[in-house]
Amino acid sequence: MTTLDTAVRAKRSLPARIAGRLGGGVMRLFLIAVGLFWLTPTVGLLLSSFRDKGDIAASGWWKVFSHPAQLTTESYSTLFSNDTVMKSLLTTALITVPATVLVVLVGALAGYAFAWLDFPGRDWWFMAVVGLLVVPVQVALIPVAKLFNSLGIFESTPGVVLFHTAFGLPFAVFLLRNFFAEIPRELLEAARLDGAGELRLFLRVVLPLGGPAIASLGIFQFLWVWNDMLIALIFADSGNPPITVALQQQVRQFGDNIDILASGAFLSMAVPLAVFFAFQRQFVSGVMAGAVK
Amino acid sequence: MSTASAGGAAASGPPVPPADTPPPGASGPSGPSSASGAPGPSGAPGKKPRSVLGTRSWVAALFLLPALALLGALVVYPIGYSVYRSFLDASGDGFAGVDNYREVFTDERIRTALKNNVIWVIVAPSVATALGLIFAVLTERVRWGTAFKIVVFMPMAISMLAAGIIFRLVYEQNPDRGVANAVWVGVHDTFKAPAPFPGAHPRDDRLLTEAGGAFTTRTVVKAGTPAVLPLVGAKPKDLKGAKTAEPPREAAGRVTGTVWRDFTRGGGGTPGVIDPGEKALKGVTVEAVRDGRTVASATSAADGTFTLPKSADGALLSLPASNFAAPYNGVDWLGPSLVTPAIIGAYVWMWAGFAMVLIAAGLASVPRELLEAARVDGANEWQVFRRVTVPLLAPVLGVVLVTLMINVLKIFDLVYIIAPGASLDNANVLALQLYQSSFGTDVNQGVGSAIAVFLLVLVLPVMLVNLRRIRKERQR
Repeated sequence: MTTLDTAVRAKRSLPARIAGRLGGGVMRLFLIAVGLFWLTPTVGLLLSSFRDKGDIAASGWWKVFSHPAQLTTESYSTLFSNDTVMKSLLTTALITVPATVLVVLVGALAGYAFAWLDFPGRDWWFMAVVGLLVVPVQVALIPVAKLFNSLGIFESTPGVVLFHTAFGLPFAVFLLRNFFAEIPRELLEAARLDGAGELRLFLRVVLPLGGPAIASLGIFQFLWVWNDMLIALIFADSGNPPITVALQQQVRQFGDNIDILASGAFLSMAVPLAVFFAFQRQFVSGVMAGAVK
Repeated sequence: MSTASAGGAAASGPPVPPADTPPPGASGPSGPSSASGAPGPSGAPGKKPRSVLGTRSWVAALFLLPALALLGALVVYPIGYSVYRSFLDASGDGFAGVDNYREVFTDERIRTALKNNVIWVIVAPSVATALGLIFAVLTERVRWGTAFKIVVFMPMAISMLAAGIIFRLVYEQNPDRGVANAVWVGVHDTFKAPAPFPGAHPRDDRLLTEAGGAFTTRTVVKAGTPAVLPLVGAKPKDLKGAKTAEPPREAAGRVTGTVWRDFTRGGGGTPGVIDPGEKALKGVTVEAVRDGRTVASATSAADGTFTLPKSADGALLSLPASNFAAPYNGVDWLGPSLVTPAIIGAYVWMWAGFAMVLIAAGLASVPRELLEAARVDGANEWQVFRRVTVPLLAPVLGVVLVTLMINVLKIFDLVYIIAPGASLDNANVLALQLYQSSFGTDVNQGVGSAIAVFLLVLVLPVMLVNLRRIRKERQR
């Protein structure tokens, strides 16, 4: 490699090298500019959330750079004293956590069966599940609303949880089956020889070994459900909605509610961003494996 | 960026790739230890189906039951019901034939949605992928590439609702509030200077007459007799820091004069006379017009005075309309004509990072020797990129494009949040129309179901490609 490198260097003339240097500088400048450009919208919201309503109506968020005295936590006080929004955060958690745990659990059970248990038509069943990967949630909105209505769980948290679980399953089964299938057979057989039953095998060997895949799946599903608005809009209790719907209800009077919207949007972003920064690796692999939804 | 290398978990790669795609940075799912090892249908008839681990199939059924029950009730059954419902009328009692489908393709609002969806599906994925490709290739060469990637990838973690609120703020029409228009107006004004005193005008038409926004003196000016051009109505913010107006200095043989705000705070000034303390209007263009032709022009100084050459002697003085034009107010981003491109911009902001990370992972697996070989052969960087890198990345680019297309097909939240009520119909997309038809303002669940079935049909090819790929891997 080094010899090749020097060969290349030697071949390039001085002007070409200068051009290369200049190009490198331009490229760096370009990337810095793009990076700032990408940050600007978020920074705008962040700074807006720390200005009061009057200032937001009068001038742009960039004014705080020349008038730092405008910075205030007033919007957040308003937000924290707003019961609807605060309660909606709890609702979001009450939807997201069960929907994530259920998908992982149910998906892992099925994934294990598809990877290691034998039953008639196994491959066909698996294909059928994978085929459901790309089914748009929109197809299920009307029928499931009807179904939930007759079950009495329309506009309720359990309904939202079930819906998210069902639509998270194809990806969960797909991801986990493929991961479980890579577990060395000897490990399972050894555990079996030690007298472990099927359930024990699943809980004590397969689940722990599936850690990385389960983490990816869990984070992906967590963010998916936390950030969802459409399904919550239809299936959640409109008197007790999750944060996305609670904020959405304020959007139509955008200017009037800008204080709650800006600070609320930031609050709703805090958890996903924390998850993102803490579990970047798993998040990326989850996204890479399944952003099809 | 260590994150780009897919972690062990994604041992399966993206599920949507075209049949022959090697998933980026990952091995296929069928390792040597995979499944039963025996190809084809497992449970041969007559033989008691037992797993290699010695399980009875009813145990397997127990493991599968929760997943299959949920999928059956909430995914498979709804597909069937939606198809059935799409042939019923609004009330759900009568058979409607293909009327609902006909409405999808004839109703004005749904046609707009269809048209917008076509724009979305063509533009958004290709722009996001192109940007992702550029970013992935460039960040490979800088040491802080990881930081850049995090910045661009971060929006993927937030909700479309939050992104929507962020961009409502970005696209505010008022350039004093919306950053997009602030920048736009800034650039515009750099190339075309804004009017110094929008809205300023003479108090009455005794000295100056108005024509097409310009103000012209009633009488000709003479060298040696200072011209007075009194105006009122200049906005206080345009007068910040203005000096007091002065009578012009004598200049032999030249035409001189003063432009000022003929208004004394608290009253008391004499109209048409430069009273002490009255503010000068700086930067106003003054033209000398003779027989309808501009013969000379000057700009007023900080004290409001201007000096015109001798040629202006005996001409009329005119203050062109450009001095008083209303300020340029930027683009109406969320107005009817630009609302869809504007929302697509927000989408690209969210998803270019996704394309970048996937492409970067693909790039990491491109053999360096190939690139070096091309360079040794004298190819420049652009040729290497165009002829070697891009073709090698083609499968990954395909995966990214298809994934984004499926994603864009169902776009809802961003449109619903960003488009203001007035242009919501212009920004309409199928998923939004489906929501409106099914649960919103114009309830007709027959039409809603028809749109749902239509969306499903559009993703069917991808489903088939997925299945074919998996079957191929199984048979290997």
